[in-house]
Amino acid sequence: MPTETNTVLLRREVIVRLIKGFLSDSFRKRADDLPFDMRPKYAEVPFRCCIHKERAILRERAIAVLGASVEQDDDKTPLGEYAQKSLDRKAPDQTVLTVVETACQGCTPNRIYVTDLCQGCVARPCTSACAFGAVSIKNGRSVIDGSKCKGCTKCMQVCPYGAIVKIKVPCEDACPVGAIAKNEKGHAQIDFSRCLSCGACVARCPFGAVAEKSQIIDILKALQSDKKVVALLAPAAAGQMPVGLGRIASGLIKAGFDAVLEVAQGADITAKTEAKDFQERMERGDSFMTTSCCAAYRELVKKSVPELRPYVSDTATPMHYTAQLAKRKYPDCVTVFVGPCVAKRMEGLQDGYIDYVMNFEEMGALFVALSIELSACEEYVFETPSSKQGRNFAVTGGVAESIRVAGSTGVSDFRPVCVDGLNAKVIREMTLWAKKKATVPGNIIEVMACTGGCVSGAGCLNNQKAAAKKVTAYAEQGAELTPDPANGELEKK
Amino acid sequence: MESQEKIKIRVCQGTTCFVMGASRLEGLETQIPPQWRQKVEISAQPCLGMCQKAGFMKAPFVRIGDEIIGSATVDSVLEKLSGIFK
Ligand code: FES
Repeated sequence: MPTETNTVLLRREVIVRLIKGFLSDSFRKRADDLPFDMRPKYAEVPFRCCIHKERAILRERAIAVLGASVEQDDDKTPLGEYAQKSLDRKAPDQTVLTVVETACQGCTPNRIYVTDLCQGCVARPCTSACAFGAVSIKNGRSVIDGSKCKGCTKCMQVCPYGAIVKIKVPCEDACPVGAIAKNEKGHAQIDFSRCLSCGACVARCPFGAVAEKSQIIDILKALQSDKKVVALLAPAAAGQMPVGLGRIASGLIKAGFDAVLEVAQGADITAKTEAKDFQERMERGDSFMTTSCCAAYRELVKKSVPELRPYVSDTATPMHYTAQLAKRKYPDCVTVFVGPCVAKRMEGLQDGYIDYVMNFEEMGALFVALSIELSACEEYVFETPSSKQGRNFAVTGGVAESIRVAGSTGVSDFRPVCVDGLNAKVIREMTLWAKKKATVPGNIIEVMACTGGCVSGAGCLNNQKAAAKKVTAYAEQGAELTPDPANGELEKK
Repeated sequence: MESQEKIKIRVCQGTTCFVMGASRLEGLETQIPPQWRQKVEISAQPCLGMCQKAGFMKAPFVRIGDEIIGSATVDSVLEKLSGIFK
């Protein structure tokens, strides 16, 4: 999350309140009361037209936190009933995102628009620049005919006053695969057959209208059961709090987890396995290989660019390996991946070793709800120390570098390229690489759906820059990854 | 005026305040107008104890001199200061 906007803070407050509600003896009532507790009678109405709309939106946010889809809501089911359903369900839902429909503004559609700054100049370069005849002059000003405009932005580029702008719908603009668009009711709708669960829309919508369906209640239930619950803390965690990873892990123990593993430990296995895979592929004459750890990228290949499939490394993700280690060490345990990523929630649903996924925001809310002050926690000692390279998986460039180090005894021709953030343009380019219609600029392609790497994930607590700095500083304290044969006993998926 | 003690600004970096938005206050130092810079001293502090007293909904907290403000933002801190320095 780039900045802590009001929508982010509202969402956090809803999560904290529901956790507190769960831990009280009147969960259903506390859930029912949530919109009214947050916006009591005569309260100030900071954001929307009236208190009723604010409450209606808070109700829908709560539905998402309780793990249900707002799309299936009928407006009248009490939140308490949703709370009860969250207590009763055996497994989380199979989709990970939902549109908070009442919060969705139904933004004006994407278009090119001539503003009042138009001076009605004599040269009128906009009219001649347009290849589709969409710009004409009315009352001495340029006007764009929406039915002819193709959105090429030529007129914008030639206007000497910069008077022509592109109006964007933030969620549609953010989505790399066109999976979110307005429906006939005028609000955003996600096409799950295309959605990568990358979380770009979650991060970008200024109304906070796309929400993750939380599994926090399922996790709280697990913590209350007699099963062992193991937290798998993603590398990006090191940058999320004013304190370091050791104290965050201790905080989780205080919150009721039985053990914490660093996912960077699994990243070390991924790096070694991937280095070996890379060597084999180069030896058999492949032109390139892409990394496989980004869950949104894996969804992309599966759903929209099957041509890339043969080039994706077969290596399993750090989350998968770490979960496997956890299940081996604590048979029968419940594994909870704690990370920054919406797509990992999706991956978690598909991976038998992962029981639940919690994002950093939910982790933070858990600390708040339980009044856990991390600076007062001692340093947790991880059983297996992770390497410098494994810790750096969360920052763009880190994965490719770890493969280089892990495979330094193998292939000498190592030409890394980072795809730093997925968007329509780069997806087109990569498709051409796979179809052998364009030269690939390197032979090992690291793909990160989020620009900057996992530290930019939609579920982060801290801003990306600060988080990346802390992750790198923590990585520097780690030992170098040793290029030895990969841990062959762990299975790939 | 010259010998006046600096006003102490303590930005809470406790867990609750951080989760509830204290990282918004990161740029505070740079946003203090030049004429006040010499008169204030800003530092971070772990939990001011307010999250328990006043509730997490009021976080993040900042202490300015003897006063504590809740739901603090850069703007609300600057507003308080302008009251003090007027
Ligand atoms: S965390 Fe800020 S007052 Fe406790």
